[in-house]
Amino acid sequence: MEEIWKFVLENKEIFYFVILSVFVGIEVIGGVPTVLHTPLMSGANAIHGVVIVGAIHVMLHVDPSHILALILGTLAVFLGTLNVVGGFVVTDRMLEMFKKKK
Amino acid sequence: MEKYALLEIIYLIGSVTFIIGLKMMGNARSARNGNLIAAAGMILAILGTLFLHENDVKIVVYALILSAIALGTIVGWMTAKRVQMTKMPELVSMFNGMGGACAALIGLMEYEHNAGSVGAMIAIVAGTVIGSISFSGSIIAFLKLNGTMNKPIRLPSYNIINTIVMISVFAFAGWIAYASSAEGGSLWASSVNGAELSQGSMLFIYLLFAVAIVYGILFTIPIGGADMPVVISLLNSFTGLAAAFGGFLYDNKIMLTGGILVGSAGTLLTLVMCKAMNRPLTNVIFGAFGGSTTSSTTEVKGAIKDASATDIAILMNYSKKVVIVPGYGLAVAQAQHVIHELEQLLEERGVEVKYAIHPVAGRMPGHMNVLLAESNVAYEKLVEMDDINPEFDQTDVVLVVGANDVVNPAAKTDPSSPIYGMPILEVDHAKHIIVNKRSMSAGYAGIDNLLFYDPKCSMFFGDAKKALTELVNELKNLD
Repeated sequence: MEEIWKFVLENKEIFYFVILSVFVGIEVIGGVPTVLHTPLMSGANAIHGVVIVGAIHVMLHVDPSHILALILGTLAVFLGTLNVVGGFVVTDRMLEMFKKKK
Repeated sequence: MEKYALLEIIYLIGSVTFIIGLKMMGNARSARNGNLIAAAGMILAILGTLFLHENDVKIVVYALILSAIALGTIVGWMTAKRVQMTKMPELVSMFNGMGGACAALIGLMEYEHNAGSVGAMIAIVAGTVIGSISFSGSIIAFLKLNGTMNKPIRLPSYNIINTIVMISVFAFAGWIAYASSAEGGSLWASSVNGAELSQGSMLFIYLLFAVAIVYGILFTIPIGGADMPVVISLLNSFTGLAAAFGGFLYDNKIMLTGGILVGSAGTLLTLVMCKAMNRPLTNVIFGAFGGSTTSSTTEVKGAIKDASATDIAILMNYSKKVVIVPGYGLAVAQAQHVIHELEQLLEERGVEVKYAIHPVAGRMPGHMNVLLAESNVAYEKLVEMDDINPEFDQTDVVLVVGANDVVNPAAKTDPSSPIYGMPILEVDHAKHIIVNKRSMSAGYAGIDNLLFYDPKCSMFFGDAKKALTELVNELKNLD
Protein backbone atom coordinates (compact mmCIF):
# COMPACT_ATOMS: atom_id res chain seq x y z
CA MET A 1 0.00 0.00 0.00
CA GLU A 2 2.88 2.30 0.96
CA GLU A 3 4.24 1.83 -2.55
CA ILE A 4 1.02 2.95 -4.12
CA TRP A 5 0.77 6.14 -2.09
CA LYS A 6 4.34 6.93 -2.99
CA PHE A 7 3.56 6.23 -6.61
CA VAL A 8 0.62 8.64 -6.56
CA LEU A 9 2.63 11.40 -4.92
CA GLU A 10 5.59 11.00 -7.22
CA ASN A 11 3.50 11.13 -10.37
CA LYS A 12 0.82 13.66 -9.60
CA GLU A 13 1.80 16.03 -12.43
CA ILE A 14 1.62 13.20 -14.92
CA PHE A 15 -1.97 12.49 -13.93
CA TYR A 16 -2.96 16.07 -14.69
CA PHE A 17 -1.01 15.87 -17.90
CA VAL A 18 -2.86 12.73 -18.95
CA ILE A 19 -6.30 14.08 -18.13
CA LEU A 20 -5.72 17.35 -19.94
CA SER A 21 -4.34 15.54 -22.99
CA VAL A 22 -7.43 13.36 -23.11
CA PHE A 23 -9.58 16.48 -23.27
CA VAL A 24 -7.39 18.00 -25.95
CA GLY A 25 -7.72 14.82 -28.01
CA ILE A 26 -11.50 14.84 -27.73
CA GLU A 27 -11.71 18.56 -28.43
CA VAL A 28 -9.51 18.31 -31.51
CA ILE A 29 -11.57 15.56 -33.12
CA GLY A 30 -15.02 16.90 -32.25
CA GLY A 31 -17.29 17.80 -35.16
CA VAL A 32 -15.18 16.35 -37.94
CA PRO A 33 -17.22 15.55 -41.07
CA THR A 34 -17.61 11.84 -41.92
CA VAL A 35 -15.77 12.40 -45.17
CA LEU A 36 -12.57 12.99 -43.25
CA HIS A 37 -12.76 10.04 -40.88
CA THR A 38 -10.54 7.75 -42.90
CA PRO A 39 -7.69 10.23 -43.41
CA LEU A 40 -8.03 11.34 -39.82
CA MET A 41 -7.73 7.81 -38.53
CA SER A 42 -4.75 7.33 -40.78
CA GLY A 43 -3.17 10.56 -39.54
CA ALA A 44 -3.70 9.57 -35.92
CA ASN A 45 -2.17 6.22 -36.81
CA ALA A 46 0.97 7.98 -38.01
CA ILE A 47 1.14 10.10 -34.87
CA HIS A 48 1.18 7.16 -32.51
CA GLY A 49 4.26 6.10 -34.44
CA VAL A 50 5.91 8.33 -31.87
CA VAL A 51 6.64 5.06 -30.04
CA ILE A 52 9.72 5.02 -32.23
CA VAL A 53 11.19 7.64 -29.88
CA GLY A 54 10.93 5.04 -27.13
CA ALA A 55 12.51 2.38 -29.32
CA ILE A 56 15.45 4.66 -30.10
CA HIS A 57 15.72 5.46 -26.41
CA VAL A 58 16.00 1.76 -25.59
CA MET A 59 18.67 1.29 -28.21
CA LEU A 60 20.72 4.22 -26.93
CA HIS A 61 20.88 2.54 -23.52
CA VAL A 62 21.33 -1.02 -24.72
CA ASP A 63 24.17 -3.19 -23.61
CA PRO A 64 26.02 -3.90 -26.90
CA SER A 65 26.99 -7.39 -25.77
CA HIS A 66 23.37 -8.40 -25.18
CA ILE A 67 22.56 -9.87 -28.59
CA LEU A 68 18.88 -10.56 -27.98
CA ALA A 69 18.33 -6.99 -26.81
CA LEU A 70 20.12 -5.67 -29.90
CA ILE A 71 17.95 -7.74 -32.19
CA LEU A 72 14.69 -6.81 -30.47
CA GLY A 73 15.68 -3.15 -30.30
CA THR A 74 16.62 -2.93 -33.95
CA LEU A 75 13.38 -4.65 -34.87
CA ALA A 76 11.46 -2.19 -32.71
CA VAL A 77 13.11 0.79 -34.42
CA PHE A 78 12.36 -0.72 -37.83
CA LEU A 79 8.69 -1.35 -37.02
CA GLY A 80 8.31 2.10 -35.49
CA THR A 81 9.77 3.69 -38.61
CA LEU A 82 7.35 1.72 -40.78
CA ASN A 83 4.49 3.06 -38.69
CA VAL A 84 5.67 6.66 -38.91
CA VAL A 85 6.74 6.83 -42.55
CA GLY A 86 4.00 4.59 -43.94
CA GLY A 87 1.39 6.36 -41.86
CA PHE A 88 2.24 9.87 -42.95
CA VAL A 89 2.75 8.96 -46.60
CA VAL A 90 -0.56 7.09 -46.85
CA THR A 91 -2.38 9.96 -45.18
CA ASP A 92 -0.79 12.41 -47.58
CA ARG A 93 -1.89 10.32 -50.54
CA MET A 94 -5.47 10.26 -49.30
CA LEU A 95 -5.56 13.98 -48.66
CA GLU A 96 -4.03 14.73 -52.02
CA MET A 97 -7.27 13.45 -53.53
CA PHE A 98 -9.27 16.03 -51.64
CA LYS A 99 -7.13 18.87 -52.84
CA LYS A 100 -7.12 18.04 -56.51
CA LYS A 101 -10.64 19.10 -57.29
CA LYS A 102 -10.10 22.65 -56.05
CA MET B 1 22.83 19.60 -19.75
CA GLU B 2 21.96 22.02 -22.52
CA LYS B 3 21.44 19.04 -24.81
CA TYR B 4 18.67 17.72 -22.60
CA ALA B 5 17.09 21.14 -22.31
CA LEU B 6 17.13 21.47 -26.07
CA LEU B 7 15.61 18.00 -26.42
CA GLU B 8 12.76 18.97 -24.09
CA ILE B 9 12.10 22.06 -26.21
CA ILE B 10 12.04 19.91 -29.32
CA TYR B 11 9.58 17.53 -27.67
CA LEU B 12 7.42 20.47 -26.72
CA ILE B 13 7.40 21.74 -30.30
CA GLY B 14 6.67 18.22 -31.52
CA SER B 15 3.71 17.87 -29.16
CA VAL B 16 2.29 21.16 -30.39
CA THR B 17 2.64 20.10 -34.04
CA PHE B 18 0.69 16.91 -33.25
CA ILE B 19 -2.18 18.87 -31.74
CA ILE B 20 -2.24 21.48 -34.50
CA GLY B 21 -1.81 18.81 -37.16
CA LEU B 22 -4.73 16.74 -35.89
CA LYS B 23 -6.89 19.84 -35.61
CA MET B 24 -6.10 20.85 -39.19
CA MET B 25 -6.85 17.33 -40.40
CA GLY B 26 -10.43 17.88 -39.29
CA ASN B 27 -11.04 20.30 -42.14
CA ALA B 28 -10.88 19.31 -45.81
CA ARG B 29 -9.01 22.41 -46.88
CA SER B 30 -6.24 22.42 -44.33
CA ALA B 31 -6.00 18.65 -43.88
CA ARG B 32 -3.02 17.98 -46.07
CA ASN B 33 -0.92 20.69 -44.46
CA GLY B 34 -1.97 19.44 -41.05
CA ASN B 35 -0.57 16.03 -41.86
CA LEU B 36 2.68 17.56 -43.08
CA ILE B 37 3.03 19.70 -39.95
CA ALA B 38 2.62 16.65 -37.73
CA ALA B 39 5.14 14.78 -39.87
CA ALA B 40 7.64 17.60 -39.53
CA GLY B 41 7.22 17.54 -35.75
CA MET B 42 7.79 13.79 -35.78
CA ILE B 43 11.00 14.07 -37.81
CA LEU B 44 12.27 16.76 -35.46
CA ALA B 45 11.52 14.57 -32.44
CA ILE B 46 13.27 11.56 -33.97
CA LEU B 47 16.39 13.54 -34.88
CA GLY B 48 16.46 15.11 -31.44
CA THR B 49 16.20 11.72 -29.73
CA LEU B 50 18.97 10.34 -31.92
CA PHE B 51 21.51 13.06 -31.36
CA LEU B 52 20.67 15.08 -28.26
CA HIS B 53 21.90 12.83 -25.49
CA GLU B 54 25.06 12.29 -23.52
CA ASN B 55 25.24 8.53 -23.57
CA ASP B 56 28.29 6.76 -24.71
CA VAL B 57 26.81 4.83 -27.59
CA LYS B 58 28.86 2.33 -29.54
CA ILE B 59 29.18 2.84 -33.28
CA VAL B 60 27.67 -0.59 -33.90
CA VAL B 61 24.53 0.37 -32.05
CA TYR B 62 24.25 3.63 -33.95
CA ALA B 63 24.73 1.76 -37.20
CA LEU B 64 21.94 -0.63 -36.24
CA ILE B 65 19.56 2.17 -35.34
CA LEU B 66 20.26 4.16 -38.48
CA SER B 67 20.01 1.19 -40.79
CA ALA B 68 16.73 0.14 -39.15
CA ILE B 69 15.40 3.65 -39.73
CA ALA B 70 16.68 3.72 -43.30
CA LEU B 71 15.18 0.34 -44.11
CA GLY B 72 11.91 1.21 -42.40
CA THR B 73 11.70 4.46 -44.35
CA ILE B 74 12.29 2.76 -47.69
CA VAL B 75 9.87 -0.09 -47.05
CA GLY B 76 7.21 2.16 -45.52
CA TRP B 77 7.48 4.75 -48.26
CA MET B 78 7.36 2.25 -51.10
CA THR B 79 4.41 0.33 -49.69
CA ALA B 80 2.47 3.48 -48.99
CA LYS B 81 3.16 4.92 -52.43
CA ARG B 82 2.46 1.78 -54.39
CA VAL B 83 -0.69 0.56 -52.75
CA GLN B 84 -3.95 1.11 -54.59
CA MET B 85 -6.41 3.54 -53.10
CA THR B 86 -8.85 0.70 -52.54
CA LYS B 87 -6.35 -1.09 -50.32
CA MET B 88 -5.75 1.86 -48.06
CA PRO B 89 -7.78 0.71 -45.04
CA GLU B 90 -5.88 -2.54 -44.70
CA LEU B 91 -2.61 -0.71 -45.04
CA VAL B 92 -3.53 1.63 -42.20
CA SER B 93 -4.32 -1.45 -40.16
CA MET B 94 -0.95 -2.98 -41.01
CA PHE B 95 1.00 0.13 -40.02
CA ASN B 96 -1.00 0.31 -36.83
CA GLY B 97 0.04 -3.24 -36.02
CA MET B 98 3.68 -2.31 -36.54
CA GLY B 99 3.37 0.50 -34.02
CA GLY B 100 1.77 -1.88 -31.54
CA ALA B 101 4.56 -4.41 -32.01
CA CYS B 102 7.11 -1.67 -31.47
CA ALA B 103 5.48 -0.73 -28.16
CA ALA B 104 5.34 -4.38 -27.08
CA LEU B 105 9.03 -4.90 -27.87
CA ILE B 106 9.96 -1.87 -25.80
CA GLY B 107 8.12 -3.44 -22.89
CA LEU B 108 9.90 -6.76 -23.35
CA MET B 109 13.28 -5.09 -23.35
CA GLU B 110 12.70 -2.77 -20.43
CA TYR B 111 11.21 -5.41 -18.19
CA GLU B 112 14.49 -6.79 -16.90
CA HIS B 113 15.89 -3.39 -15.95
CA ASN B 114 13.05 -2.07 -13.87
CA ALA B 115 12.38 -4.47 -11.04
CA GLY B 116 11.34 -2.80 -7.84
CA SER B 117 9.64 0.21 -9.35
CA VAL B 118 5.86 0.17 -9.23
CA GLY B 119 5.27 2.91 -11.80
CA ALA B 120 7.77 1.56 -14.29
CA MET B 121 6.42 -1.99 -14.01
CA ILE B 122 2.84 -0.90 -14.54
CA ALA B 123 3.88 1.03 -17.60
CA ILE B 124 5.97 -1.81 -18.97
CA VAL B 125 3.40 -4.52 -18.44
CA ALA B 126 0.54 -2.37 -19.74
CA GLY B 127 2.55 -1.30 -22.79
CA THR B 128 3.43 -4.90 -23.57
CA VAL B 129 -0.12 -6.18 -23.22
CA ILE B 130 -1.84 -3.38 -25.14
CA GLY B 131 0.86 -3.25 -27.82
CA SER B 132 0.65 -7.01 -28.40
CA ILE B 133 -3.14 -7.01 -28.60
CA SER B 134 -3.00 -4.15 -31.04
CA PHE B 135 -0.37 -5.95 -33.10
CA SER B 136 -2.08 -9.30 -33.53
CA GLY B 137 -5.52 -7.71 -33.78
CA SER B 138 -4.37 -5.40 -36.56
CA ILE B 139 -2.79 -8.24 -38.49
CA ILE B 140 -6.06 -10.16 -38.35
CA ALA B 141 -7.95 -7.03 -39.42
CA PHE B 142 -5.51 -6.66 -42.29
CA LEU B 143 -6.04 -10.25 -43.41
CA LYS B 144 -9.79 -9.83 -43.20
CA LEU B 145 -9.85 -6.65 -45.21
CA ASN B 146 -7.65 -7.94 -47.97
CA GLY B 147 -9.81 -11.00 -48.28
CA THR B 148 -7.34 -13.64 -47.12
CA MET B 149 -9.58 -14.39 -44.19
CA ASN B 150 -13.02 -13.48 -45.42
CA LYS B 151 -15.33 -15.40 -43.13
CA PRO B 152 -15.61 -14.50 -39.50
CA ILE B 153 -14.44 -17.42 -37.39
CA ARG B 154 -16.68 -18.18 -34.48
CA LEU B 155 -15.48 -20.54 -31.83
CA PRO B 156 -18.30 -22.14 -29.90
CA SER B 157 -19.36 -19.73 -27.15
CA TYR B 158 -16.57 -17.39 -28.17
CA ASN B 159 -17.88 -14.61 -25.98
CA ILE B 160 -17.26 -16.64 -22.87
CA ILE B 161 -13.87 -17.88 -24.06
CA ASN B 162 -12.82 -14.37 -25.03
CA THR B 163 -13.91 -12.92 -21.74
CA ILE B 164 -12.06 -15.62 -19.82
CA VAL B 165 -8.91 -15.08 -21.86
CA MET B 166 -9.23 -11.33 -21.42
CA ILE B 167 -9.60 -11.60 -17.67
CA SER B 168 -6.68 -13.98 -17.43
CA VAL B 169 -4.47 -11.69 -19.54
CA PHE B 170 -5.20 -8.77 -17.25
CA ALA B 171 -4.92 -10.83 -14.07
CA PHE B 172 -1.62 -12.27 -15.24
CA ALA B 173 -0.40 -8.80 -16.20
CA GLY B 174 -1.41 -7.40 -12.83
CA TRP B 175 0.29 -10.23 -11.03
CA ILE B 176 3.53 -9.78 -12.96
CA ALA B 177 3.50 -6.05 -12.35
CA TYR B 178 2.85 -6.58 -8.68
CA ALA B 179 5.34 -9.38 -8.16
CA SER B 180 8.19 -7.76 -10.02
CA SER B 181 7.72 -4.35 -8.50
CA ALA B 182 7.57 -5.44 -4.87
CA GLU B 183 11.10 -5.00 -3.62
CA GLY B 184 11.42 -7.34 -0.72
CA GLY B 185 8.60 -9.81 -0.64
CA SER B 186 8.77 -10.74 -4.25
CA LEU B 187 7.47 -14.06 -5.41
CA TRP B 188 10.91 -14.81 -6.70
CA ALA B 189 12.62 -12.99 -3.87
CA SER B 190 16.03 -14.49 -4.39
CA SER B 191 16.23 -13.38 -7.96
CA VAL B 192 15.48 -9.73 -7.34
CA ASN B 193 18.78 -8.07 -6.80
CA GLY B 194 18.63 -4.34 -7.16
CA ALA B 195 17.21 -3.61 -10.55
CA GLU B 196 17.93 -6.73 -12.53
CA LEU B 197 15.57 -9.65 -12.80
CA SER B 198 16.69 -13.19 -13.35
CA GLN B 199 16.24 -15.23 -16.48
CA GLY B 200 13.48 -17.19 -14.82
CA SER B 201 11.24 -14.21 -14.31
CA MET B 202 11.97 -13.04 -17.85
CA LEU B 203 10.00 -16.06 -18.91
CA PHE B 204 6.88 -14.50 -17.43
CA ILE B 205 6.99 -11.40 -19.56
CA TYR B 206 7.44 -13.47 -22.71
CA LEU B 207 4.55 -15.63 -21.64
CA LEU B 208 2.46 -12.52 -21.08
CA PHE B 209 3.45 -11.28 -24.51
CA ALA B 210 2.33 -14.58 -26.05
CA VAL B 211 -0.99 -14.65 -24.21
CA ALA B 212 -1.74 -11.07 -25.20
CA ILE B 213 -1.01 -11.93 -28.84
CA VAL B 214 -3.49 -14.80 -28.60
CA TYR B 215 -6.08 -12.53 -27.05
CA GLY B 216 -5.64 -10.00 -29.88
CA ILE B 217 -6.41 -12.75 -32.35
CA LEU B 218 -9.41 -14.07 -30.43
CA PHE B 219 -10.70 -10.53 -30.02
CA THR B 220 -10.69 -9.81 -33.74
CA ILE B 221 -11.56 -13.07 -35.51
CA PRO B 222 -15.26 -13.23 -34.66
CA ILE B 223 -15.88 -9.68 -35.86
CA GLY B 224 -17.39 -9.41 -39.33
CA GLY B 225 -15.72 -7.55 -42.14
CA ALA B 226 -18.29 -4.80 -42.18
CA ASP B 227 -17.25 -3.82 -38.69
CA MET B 228 -13.54 -3.84 -39.39
CA PRO B 229 -13.20 -0.05 -39.68
CA VAL B 230 -14.51 0.30 -36.15
CA VAL B 231 -12.08 -2.34 -34.95
CA ILE B 232 -9.15 -0.70 -36.71
CA SER B 233 -10.06 2.61 -35.18
CA LEU B 234 -10.25 0.98 -31.77
CA LEU B 235 -6.92 -0.80 -32.17
CA ASN B 236 -5.50 2.49 -33.38
CA SER B 237 -6.39 4.09 -30.08
CA PHE B 238 -4.94 1.03 -28.28
CA THR B 239 -1.60 1.61 -29.92
CA GLY B 240 -1.83 5.25 -28.89
CA LEU B 241 -2.36 4.10 -25.33
CA ALA B 242 0.61 1.72 -25.54
CA ALA B 243 2.78 4.59 -26.78
CA ALA B 244 1.56 6.72 -23.88
CA PHE B 245 2.64 4.04 -21.40
CA GLY B 246 6.06 4.14 -23.01
CA GLY B 247 6.06 7.88 -22.46
CA PHE B 248 5.17 7.34 -18.84
CA LEU B 249 8.00 4.85 -18.45
CA TYR B 250 10.64 7.22 -19.80
CA ASP B 251 8.94 10.36 -18.54
CA ASN B 252 9.00 11.30 -22.21
CA LYS B 253 6.48 14.02 -22.84
CA ILE B 254 6.13 13.70 -26.60
CA MET B 255 5.30 10.02 -26.34
CA LEU B 256 2.76 10.90 -23.68
CA THR B 257 1.07 13.67 -25.66
CA GLY B 258 1.20 11.80 -28.97
CA GLY B 259 -0.04 8.59 -27.41
CA ILE B 260 -2.84 10.04 -25.32
CA LEU B 261 -3.96 12.34 -28.10
CA VAL B 262 -4.37 9.38 -30.44
CA GLY B 263 -5.82 7.28 -27.64
CA SER B 264 -8.60 9.71 -26.84
CA ALA B 265 -9.18 10.99 -30.36
CA GLY B 266 -9.20 7.40 -31.63
CA THR B 267 -11.72 6.33 -29.03
CA LEU B 268 -13.99 9.22 -29.91
CA LEU B 269 -13.63 8.44 -33.62
CA THR B 270 -14.55 4.83 -32.90
CA LEU B 271 -17.71 5.91 -31.10
CA VAL B 272 -18.63 8.32 -33.89
CA MET B 273 -18.30 5.50 -36.43
CA CYS B 274 -20.46 3.22 -34.32
CA LYS B 275 -23.04 5.96 -34.20
CA ALA B 276 -22.98 6.22 -37.98
CA MET B 277 -23.90 2.55 -38.11
CA ASN B 278 -26.37 2.95 -35.28
CA ARG B 279 -24.77 0.19 -33.24
CA PRO B 280 -23.24 0.45 -29.80
CA LEU B 281 -19.57 -0.47 -29.55
CA THR B 282 -20.33 -3.43 -27.29
CA ASN B 283 -22.54 -4.79 -30.03
CA VAL B 284 -19.68 -4.58 -32.52
CA ILE B 285 -17.30 -6.40 -30.23
CA PHE B 286 -19.52 -8.96 -28.56
CA GLY B 287 -22.53 -9.29 -30.80
CA ALA B 288 -20.50 -9.77 -33.92
CA PHE B 289 -22.56 -10.48 -36.99
CA GLY B 290 -21.73 -11.83 -40.39
CA GLY B 291 -22.13 -15.48 -39.51
CA SER B 292 -24.25 -17.73 -41.65
CA THR B 293 -26.35 -19.09 -38.84
CA THR B 294 -27.45 -15.90 -37.11
CA SER B 295 -30.54 -15.18 -39.15
CA SER B 296 -32.18 -17.50 -41.54
CA THR B 297 -35.59 -16.41 -40.37
CA THR B 298 -36.36 -14.07 -43.23
CA GLU B 299 -37.95 -15.97 -46.04
CA VAL B 300 -37.17 -14.65 -49.41
CA LYS B 301 -40.20 -14.26 -51.64
CA GLY B 302 -40.51 -13.32 -55.25
CA ALA B 303 -38.30 -13.62 -58.25
CA ILE B 304 -35.26 -11.78 -59.41
CA LYS B 305 -35.38 -9.82 -62.63
CA ASP B 306 -32.47 -9.56 -64.94
CA ALA B 307 -31.82 -6.53 -67.11
CA SER B 308 -29.54 -6.04 -70.09
CA ALA B 309 -27.20 -3.11 -70.67
CA THR B 310 -29.40 -1.94 -73.55
CA ASP B 311 -32.54 -1.82 -71.40
CA ILE B 312 -30.74 0.11 -68.70
CA ALA B 313 -29.17 2.52 -71.16
CA ILE B 314 -32.59 3.36 -72.60
CA LEU B 315 -34.15 3.65 -69.18
CA MET B 316 -31.47 6.02 -67.97
CA ASN B 317 -31.46 8.01 -71.16
CA TYR B 318 -35.11 8.95 -70.68
CA SER B 319 -35.01 9.68 -66.99
CA LYS B 320 -34.69 13.02 -65.30
CA LYS B 321 -32.78 12.07 -62.25
CA VAL B 322 -30.33 9.25 -61.60
CA VAL B 323 -28.72 8.52 -58.25
CA ILE B 324 -25.67 6.31 -58.12
CA VAL B 325 -24.97 4.33 -54.95
CA PRO B 326 -21.34 3.30 -54.99
CA GLY B 327 -20.09 0.52 -52.74
CA TYR B 328 -16.96 -1.44 -52.17
CA GLY B 329 -17.61 -3.59 -55.25
CA LEU B 330 -17.05 -0.49 -57.35
CA ALA B 331 -13.76 0.13 -55.63
CA VAL B 332 -12.59 -3.45 -56.01
CA ALA B 333 -13.36 -3.45 -59.71
CA GLN B 334 -11.56 -0.10 -60.07
CA ALA B 335 -14.67 1.23 -61.74
CA GLN B 336 -14.52 4.76 -60.31
CA HIS B 337 -13.35 6.22 -63.62
CA VAL B 338 -16.00 4.49 -65.72
CA ILE B 339 -18.71 5.61 -63.38
CA HIS B 340 -17.52 9.18 -63.79
CA GLU B 341 -17.73 8.72 -67.55
CA LEU B 342 -21.27 7.42 -67.22
CA GLU B 343 -22.14 10.41 -65.06
CA GLN B 344 -20.77 12.84 -67.66
CA LEU B 345 -22.60 11.11 -70.53
CA LEU B 346 -25.89 11.31 -68.68
CA GLU B 347 -25.36 14.92 -67.70
CA GLU B 348 -24.73 15.78 -71.34
CA ARG B 349 -28.16 14.39 -72.07
CA GLY B 350 -29.75 16.55 -69.43
CA VAL B 351 -30.08 13.90 -66.76
CA GLU B 352 -29.36 15.04 -63.24
CA VAL B 353 -26.84 12.70 -61.62
CA LYS B 354 -25.89 12.46 -57.95
CA TYR B 355 -23.96 10.03 -55.82
CA ALA B 356 -25.44 8.81 -52.57
CA ILE B 357 -22.71 8.18 -50.04
CA HIS B 358 -23.52 6.01 -47.07
CA PRO B 359 -21.38 6.85 -44.02
CA VAL B 360 -19.74 3.43 -44.15
CA ALA B 361 -19.63 3.03 -47.93
CA GLY B 362 -16.43 1.33 -48.92
CA ARG B 363 -14.48 -0.04 -46.06
CA MET B 364 -14.18 3.03 -43.89
CA PRO B 365 -16.12 6.24 -43.41
CA GLY B 366 -15.06 8.61 -46.14
CA HIS B 367 -13.32 5.89 -48.12
CA MET B 368 -15.73 6.24 -51.04
CA ASN B 369 -15.27 9.99 -51.18
CA VAL B 370 -11.53 9.51 -51.50
CA LEU B 371 -11.97 7.01 -54.32
CA LEU B 372 -14.42 9.13 -56.29
CA ALA B 373 -12.35 12.25 -55.76
CA GLU B 374 -9.50 10.30 -57.34
CA SER B 375 -11.47 10.02 -60.56
CA ASN B 376 -12.39 13.73 -60.52
CA VAL B 377 -16.01 13.44 -59.52
CA ALA B 378 -17.10 16.89 -58.34
CA TYR B 379 -17.31 17.23 -54.60
CA GLU B 380 -20.85 18.69 -54.73
CA LYS B 381 -22.19 15.58 -56.46
CA LEU B 382 -21.39 13.43 -53.48
CA VAL B 383 -24.40 13.65 -51.21
CA GLU B 384 -24.46 12.23 -47.71
CA MET B 385 -27.15 9.83 -46.60
CA ASP B 386 -29.37 12.18 -44.60
CA ASP B 387 -29.50 14.69 -47.44
CA ILE B 388 -30.14 12.23 -50.25
CA ASN B 389 -32.77 10.04 -48.58
CA PRO B 390 -35.67 12.52 -49.06
CA GLU B 391 -34.70 12.83 -52.73
CA PHE B 392 -35.25 9.19 -53.65
CA ASP B 393 -38.98 9.80 -54.05
CA GLN B 394 -38.28 12.03 -57.05
CA THR B 395 -35.59 9.79 -58.45
CA ASP B 396 -36.24 7.86 -61.65
CA VAL B 397 -33.38 5.42 -61.54
CA VAL B 398 -31.09 4.35 -58.74
CA LEU B 399 -27.97 2.56 -59.84
CA VAL B 400 -26.43 0.51 -57.05
CA VAL B 401 -22.89 -0.48 -57.90
CA GLY B 402 -21.25 -3.05 -55.70
CA ALA B 403 -23.10 -1.98 -52.57
CA ASN B 404 -25.33 -4.32 -50.65
CA ASP B 405 -25.91 -4.00 -46.93
CA VAL B 406 -26.25 -0.22 -47.02
CA VAL B 407 -29.34 -0.51 -49.24
CA ASN B 408 -30.91 -3.55 -47.57
CA PRO B 409 -34.44 -2.66 -46.44
CA ALA B 410 -34.23 -5.41 -43.81
CA ALA B 411 -32.37 -2.86 -41.70
CA LYS B 412 -35.69 -1.05 -41.34
CA THR B 413 -38.28 -3.76 -41.59
CA ASP B 414 -36.89 -6.93 -40.07
CA PRO B 415 -36.07 -6.79 -36.35
CA SER B 416 -34.45 -10.23 -36.53
CA SER B 417 -31.92 -9.08 -39.09
CA PRO B 418 -28.42 -8.57 -37.75
CA ILE B 419 -28.24 -5.19 -39.42
CA TYR B 420 -31.59 -4.08 -38.04
CA GLY B 421 -31.37 -0.47 -36.94
CA MET B 422 -28.52 0.50 -39.22
CA PRO B 423 -29.48 3.62 -41.16
CA ILE B 424 -29.69 2.81 -44.86
CA LEU B 425 -30.07 4.56 -48.16
CA GLU B 426 -33.77 4.31 -48.92
CA VAL B 427 -33.36 3.42 -52.56
CA ASP B 428 -36.62 1.45 -52.61
CA HIS B 429 -38.44 4.80 -52.82
CA ALA B 430 -37.15 5.40 -56.32
CA LYS B 431 -39.11 4.44 -59.43
CA HIS B 432 -36.55 1.97 -60.74
CA ILE B 433 -33.66 0.28 -59.06
CA ILE B 434 -30.77 -1.26 -60.94
CA VAL B 435 -28.33 -3.32 -58.93
CA ASN B 436 -24.98 -4.18 -60.39
CA LYS B 437 -23.34 -7.10 -58.62
CA ARG B 438 -21.00 -9.84 -59.61
CA SER B 439 -23.28 -12.59 -58.39
CA MET B 440 -26.15 -13.23 -56.04
CA SER B 441 -23.85 -13.86 -53.10
CA ALA B 442 -24.60 -12.10 -49.85
CA GLY B 443 -22.91 -8.86 -48.85
CA TYR B 444 -20.17 -8.27 -46.34
CA ALA B 445 -22.50 -8.74 -43.44
CA GLY B 446 -23.34 -12.16 -44.89
CA ILE B 447 -27.09 -11.67 -45.14
CA ASP B 448 -29.62 -11.80 -47.89
CA ASN B 449 -30.88 -8.59 -49.44
CA LEU B 450 -34.64 -8.17 -49.72
CA LEU B 451 -34.19 -5.31 -52.13
CA PHE B 452 -33.27 -7.67 -54.95
CA TYR B 453 -36.72 -9.23 -54.82
CA ASP B 454 -38.48 -5.89 -55.03
CA PRO B 455 -40.63 -5.76 -58.21
CA LYS B 456 -39.07 -2.40 -59.07
CA CYS B 457 -35.60 -3.83 -58.91
CA SER B 458 -33.61 -5.33 -61.78
CA MET B 459 -30.27 -7.03 -61.48
CA PHE B 460 -27.43 -6.22 -63.80
CA PHE B 461 -24.87 -8.92 -63.20
CA GLY B 462 -21.19 -8.60 -63.95
CA ASP B 463 -17.94 -7.12 -62.79
CA ALA B 464 -18.60 -3.43 -62.11
CA LYS B 465 -16.00 -2.14 -64.51
CA LYS B 466 -17.00 -4.42 -67.39
CA ALA B 467 -20.71 -3.93 -66.86
CA LEU B 468 -20.45 -0.17 -66.62
CA THR B 469 -18.24 0.04 -69.69
CA GLU B 470 -20.88 -1.92 -71.55
CA LEU B 471 -23.52 0.47 -70.29
CA VAL B 472 -21.48 3.49 -71.35
CA ASN B 473 -21.07 2.04 -74.85
CA GLU B 474 -24.79 1.35 -75.12
CA LEU B 475 -25.51 4.92 -74.11
CA LYS B 476 -23.16 6.20 -76.79
CA ASN B 477 -24.89 4.01 -79.37
CA LEU B 478 -28.27 5.49 -78.57
CA ASP B 479 -27.67 8.61 -80.62
